[in-house]
Parts: sequence; C-alpha cells; structure tokens
Amino acid sequence: MRLFITQFRRDLVLAVRSRSDAANPLVFFVLATVLLGLGTGSELVPGVIWVLALFANVLAVEGVFRRDHEDGTLEQLLIHAQPLFPAVVGKLAAHWALSGLPVAVLSPVAAIMLTGTTTGIGVLVLTLCIGTPALTLLGAIGSALTVATGRGGLLVAILVLPFYVPVLIFGAGASTAAMLGDPVAFQLLALSALLAACLTAAPFAVGKALAISQEY
Amino acid sequence: MCRLGYLDTIDVESAFGVYCTPQNRRRGAVIRPDERANLVEDDLLVAENIRCTVGDRVLFDGLSFCAHPGDLVEIRGPNGSGKSTLLRCLVGLHEPDAGNIRRTVDSLYVGHRSGICGRMSPIENLRWFAGLTNASADDESIGAALGAVGLGHARHDVCDSLSAGQQRRVSLARLLVTPAPLWILDEPLTALDDDGRDFVGELLARHCSAGRAAVCATHQVLTTAPDAPATRAVTLGP
Repeated sequence: MRLFITQFRRDLVLAVRSRSDAANPLVFFVLATVLLGLGTGSELVPGVIWVLALFANVLAVEGVFRRDHEDGTLEQLLIHAQPLFPAVVGKLAAHWALSGLPVAVLSPVAAIMLTGTTTGIGVLVLTLCIGTPALTLLGAIGSALTVATGRGGLLVAILVLPFYVPVLIFGAGASTAAMLGDPVAFQLLALSALLAACLTAAPFAVGKALAISQEY
Repeated sequence: MCRLGYLDTIDVESAFGVYCTPQNRRRGAVIRPDERANLVEDDLLVAENIRCTVGDRVLFDGLSFCAHPGDLVEIRGPNGSGKSTLLRCLVGLHEPDAGNIRRTVDSLYVGHRSGICGRMSPIENLRWFAGLTNASADDESIGAALGAVGLGHARHDVCDSLSAGQQRRVSLARLLVTPAPLWILDEPLTALDDDGRDFVGELLARHCSAGRAAVCATHQVLTTAPDAPATRAVTLGP
C-alpha cells in the first residue's frame, strides 16, 4: 500500500504538471467525436465512442514508462520496489485517472452531441469506467515491452490491439444494447471479469517486461 | 550548518546500526577464483564466476570477487570493458550469462542515468525515493541531506533547471536519505567539481569505516581522505 500511494502520488503530480502531454489523447477524443458527428449519422454512436476511447488509450499509454526509463527512475523503481506489483498498479492508476477517466467523463457529452438523446448514456459511462482501466493495464504491457527500443508508437498499437478486442466487444456491445433498450447484464459482467483478470495478471506481466527492458 | 557538518552530526551507530565490524580486510587485486574458499560469513556481496557477453564479445568471464565490511571495491578498466554492465549485474538489473551474485544486505545504486525526475524538485524526488525504499525520512532529514550535498538553496527548483553536477548531487543525496550497508556507484565523480569530489571521497571513507562497503566504477582516484578505506581493485580487460 505504501508503494502504491508513493507511486500514485508521484505520477499524479507529474501528470498534472505536464498537462499538455496528458491532454493530447483527450483532445484527440474530443476532436474525433466532433468530426464524426459532422460526418456521419448516429446509428453507431456507442461503438464509435468506444473505438475512439480505445485509440485515445493507446495514444496515452504508449509513453507511460518512457520518461521514467530515460531519466533512470524506472531503474530505481525496479531495484527498490519490493514487491513491484503495488508500485506498477499505483503508476497505472495515476495514469488512468488522467487519461481513461476523463474520457469516460466526457463521453456523455460526446454521446448527446452525436445522438441527441440520453438513452443508455449511464451504461456507456459505466462500461468506459470499467473498460478503460483494463485497456490501460493491457496497453502498459506493450508499453513496457517497447520502452527500451525508444519508439513505441505504432508498435505498441500492433502489439496490444488484439488484446483490446474482447474489451471493445463487450464494452461497445453493452453500450449499444443499452441504447436499444436491451438487457446489458451479461456484457457488463463479462467486462468486469476482464478488468479483474487484467488487474491481477497485467501488473506482473508489466513488471517482468520492464525487467527485461533493463537488460542490455 | 556547513556542508559536511550534517555528516558530522550523524551518530553512525545509532542512525544506521553497525552491521559488521571491519575485519578480514585484505588489500590488492581480488580476481582470484580461489577466493571462494576464503569467503567469510559477513560478506556483503559475493560475485562468483560471473560471465557477461555483449553480442559475440565476452566482457568478462569467471569473474569472482567479494566485498567485506569496510571494503571499497574499485572497478577499473577502459571504456567499454563492461564496468557498468558488471554493476548492473550486481544490483540485479542485468542477468549475467553465467555465475551467481549474492547480496546479503540492502544496497543503493547510483548509475549513469540519474534516477532523478527532471520535472520534479530535488525534495520531491527524494521524498519519492524515501517512500520507495521505506526509509523513515521526513522533510527535515531530506532537507538536511540536500544541504549536505550543497543544494539547500535549490531544493524547490525543478531538477531540469539544475546543472549536470547539481543533478549528480541530487542522485548522491539518495545515499544520505536511505541508509543501506552496500553502495553500488557508477562513476560517482562524473560532472562534479573539486569540492564535490572531496565530498564523495569523504562520504565513501565514512561509509566504509563504519563497517559497510561500496563498489565503485571509476577512472579517478576516489578518495584521498586520511582514513581511506581498504581499497580492492577489480580490473576489467579491454
């Protein structure tokens, strides 16, 4: 818990301090929804919002370890954080709080803008709140694997997008069903199960990937 | 408070506890495989027959040495001979291709990368580090450590605005914030002025004379303090 808090607080301070970095994926999300609203109809809205949230997530998570690797704080984290698990979770929680959470908060605005109705918006926000941390956890594995190569970018996207697919299917599925008035319990449960699995397994994978990244 | 005054005020035994008494000190080169026969229980660090390669090139093979309490182990060798790789092995960041490394105590590592976040101030960096290492350092003792390395006035500046030497001093302040019996330092004198070098020398002398040990990769004379610790040299070939 101490490690979680230490790391969470540090990364939150850093993210708030470098607001322009943190804001980029959000700006992408907002611009893309506006443009889509102008350019398309409204039938596919929840799915579209989910895809945009997913891309915003890849954009954000891709660089989550880069600066720490460059300045050597990652080395110190790997040496001293015993166990590594809470520190990784703390780091990713801080990252999510300023990337995934704002997307979830902005999504009702986007949905109303695109559809003109408020049907199913609660479920959309809920799925994003459950789904985006899972995406962040999965994306962090790709980010950790590529941190030492110095160029994440598209490589991270290619690595992790296949693993994003189940989250996208259940997240977008639940949101669409809610908009149409269908039951959503199954998709929500499946999405929650995915988050639980990611939360227990991904930080280990991230830790291992980071350890490998330090070998050169 | 003068810069070395802080160190003078630390009662070493009560602050850190004495881990071992300096005994079995031996001087001179230590790359001898048969050293294993001489290992004593109070070794802080033992490296046995380690081997590291980069691509096809063997950096070192069958390298064995140990750090007794009170030892200052100097890793010497030309650029590219594997000093940094050896230190990264010792601290656990790099897995040697063969052999094993045993650390019996907590260690601190100051590497080429500063381990200092440029967007935070020295005091924030050290606060994070203290939290990471579970050191019971409050803001006052962190401030004292920064004062000791000569950065008392810059403690709230963003590290990016500090010079290379000042950033190195922040890295070294970690050694004061978190007590650890074993220091692993990669070129600790880089970017430091004469004053800073003297400070590092003094720091190492005090550290080692208290029955702890340090392993340093360096091209320079580390310490000229009158109570210089027992120095053992590990020389890596080109």
